[in-house]
Amino acid sequence: MLKRSARKTRDSRELGTFEPKADGDRMKVTLTGPWDVPTVMAHQQTMQKFATDPSLEFAKQSVIDVSGVTRLDTVGAIAVSLLRERLGRYGEAEITGAHDGQETLLEQIASFDAQPIPPPPKRTSLDRIALLGEWAVGIGYEARSLVGFFGELSVVFYRLARHPSRLRITSIVSHMQQVGINAMPIVGLLAFLVGVVLTFISGDQLQRFGAGIFIVNLIGIGVLRELGILITAIIVAGRSGSAFTAEIGTMKINQEVDAMRTIGLDPMEVLVIPRVIALILMLIPLGFFANMVMIAGGALMASLTLGVTFAQFVTQFQSAVALHHLWVGMVKTPFFAFVIAMVGCFHGLQVAGSAESVGQQTTQSVVQSIFLVIALDALFAVVFWQIGW
Amino acid sequence: MAPSAITEPIIRITALDTQFGSQVIHHNLELEVRRGEVLGVVGGSGTGKSVLLREIVGLQQVTAGSINVLGTEVTNCGADAQKILRRNWGVMFQEGALFSSLTVAQNIQVPIRELTEFPQWAQDEIARVKLAMVGLPPDAGMKLPSQISGGMKKRAGLARALALDPELLFLDEPTAGLDPISANQFDELIKNLKATLNLTVFMVTHDLDSLVAICDRIAVLVDKQIVVGTLDELMEVDNPWIQEYFQGPRGRAALGHKERN
Repeated sequence: MLKRSARKTRDSRELGTFEPKADGDRMKVTLTGPWDVPTVMAHQQTMQKFATDPSLEFAKQSVIDVSGVTRLDTVGAIAVSLLRERLGRYGEAEITGAHDGQETLLEQIASFDAQPIPPPPKRTSLDRIALLGEWAVGIGYEARSLVGFFGELSVVFYRLARHPSRLRITSIVSHMQQVGINAMPIVGLLAFLVGVVLTFISGDQLQRFGAGIFIVNLIGIGVLRELGILITAIIVAGRSGSAFTAEIGTMKINQEVDAMRTIGLDPMEVLVIPRVIALILMLIPLGFFANMVMIAGGALMASLTLGVTFAQFVTQFQSAVALHHLWVGMVKTPFFAFVIAMVGCFHGLQVAGSAESVGQQTTQSVVQSIFLVIALDALFAVVFWQIGW
Repeated sequence: MAPSAITEPIIRITALDTQFGSQVIHHNLELEVRRGEVLGVVGGSGTGKSVLLREIVGLQQVTAGSINVLGTEVTNCGADAQKILRRNWGVMFQEGALFSSLTVAQNIQVPIRELTEFPQWAQDEIARVKLAMVGLPPDAGMKLPSQISGGMKKRAGLARALALDPELLFLDEPTAGLDPISANQFDELIKNLKATLNLTVFMVTHDLDSLVAICDRIAVLVDKQIVVGTLDELMEVDNPWIQEYFQGPRGRAALGHKERN
């Protein structure tokens, strides 16, 4: 506390003085020296005590003498006006001895509407309920516009399918590099670690039953059907989906998107389609890559802790894990990619107004695409279970 | 005030060099800003007007040279000296640079809260007066920056810069992006504030009308250095850019207004 106030004290300049003198029903307050921020701060409590003193009631004629004031700033002038206003409640109060500039300042402050700044509207419990409703309706609206965006995207896809020459190959390739190749290190690292941890934890349980070798079935089927692709999709949603939103959102703030429209370029064709196609094309190999690395991590851990050699792992894998498990996993990737890219671009185009909106939409984009990916994954699980795969 | 205090410059820049990589922005730049004047800083784009402002307020490192503000060396001073400096100057950025999560009134109170110990009611009172001073209605105080117009943001930014009654006010393009009526009002506002609060104003601007209307002296950034003088003095300077600037059609139009008034 001491340190804090020391930090706040100003340079050791002289302070102004404040001297009230009562004489019967007359009150004279003499101010001298500089009346600026430090002075007002120094006398703040004394002045407040003085202004709330009940004996002030007897002061029928008050004079505030400012002839000795060398410097008057706004804060000083506010203090003087407040004092006058306070003394004026009991009788006459005037300010005397103001110099030209000070006079103008005091007059200016007195002339301002004394209406205080209205406090920001308070939230009542009814407002809270209303907010809940607004939130729910907002979700409904957003879902509707997302469906609308899906429709728009389909139309543009159809149009491009008829005129494939309008596809922007350069842009697609550039995005493929960004969302695919550049994502490989992080996807690979995380997939490897998940493979290692999964084997370590479940292998420990299996070994209690002497069934250590079955780790191969568990890892093989678990990774190929679910984990490899799901983990990849979540990483890509966080990494590339958010980037799509931020990129397009920033372009919207810069009015680049508006500029495109006025030139006759369709932002859907120029910005959205290349990203969607690039992500669909890259999530397939990226998912496969993650599968392989995750299984490799599992194999490494199995040989280190469970004593399952690499040769045993491969033999068991061939016999236990049917090829269709791989397809079950891989067939989901284009759908996940489509959802992630669509949600990312949708929120990018939803950005409006300030840079703050870019942040909000990016958060929304990541949350929604991860939610949709997991929901879609659950749906796929039901479908595959129904058809007996 | 003693005569020495009048002549003593409030900002003194000596032998300033600024370099970004191999690109030289300022070389051996000298400038003095006198107490109580409004100095307009002009120059073509890329001549480093805003860089100069940022260097003076300590947002940008200089390559070499010295900048002395209110008797303190900005380029090399301790944290305490910086605190005092910050309390004695106010900076208004181009778009107001209001904190977007705070209301306008709270924005104005940020410097008050940070650098003084006034109770909340006094802070409210100061914010109210400052709002009125820059010509904003009281109910603007409760609004968020996103809810007010660009011109109002500038005014609110000015109110925040003036919150602690600085001696020195920095304005970065105060009238850019305002309609002519608002720009005139802003000029008037600066003029009035300067008269009542005895401010020294350092103003980066492109607006010839406000140069003519409110600046006591004008500093022109040409050839990595500054040429400074009153409007009439600058008209006589034999430099193609300066001649073009003041004698071009826009320059003549602005000067014509001055003569008619």
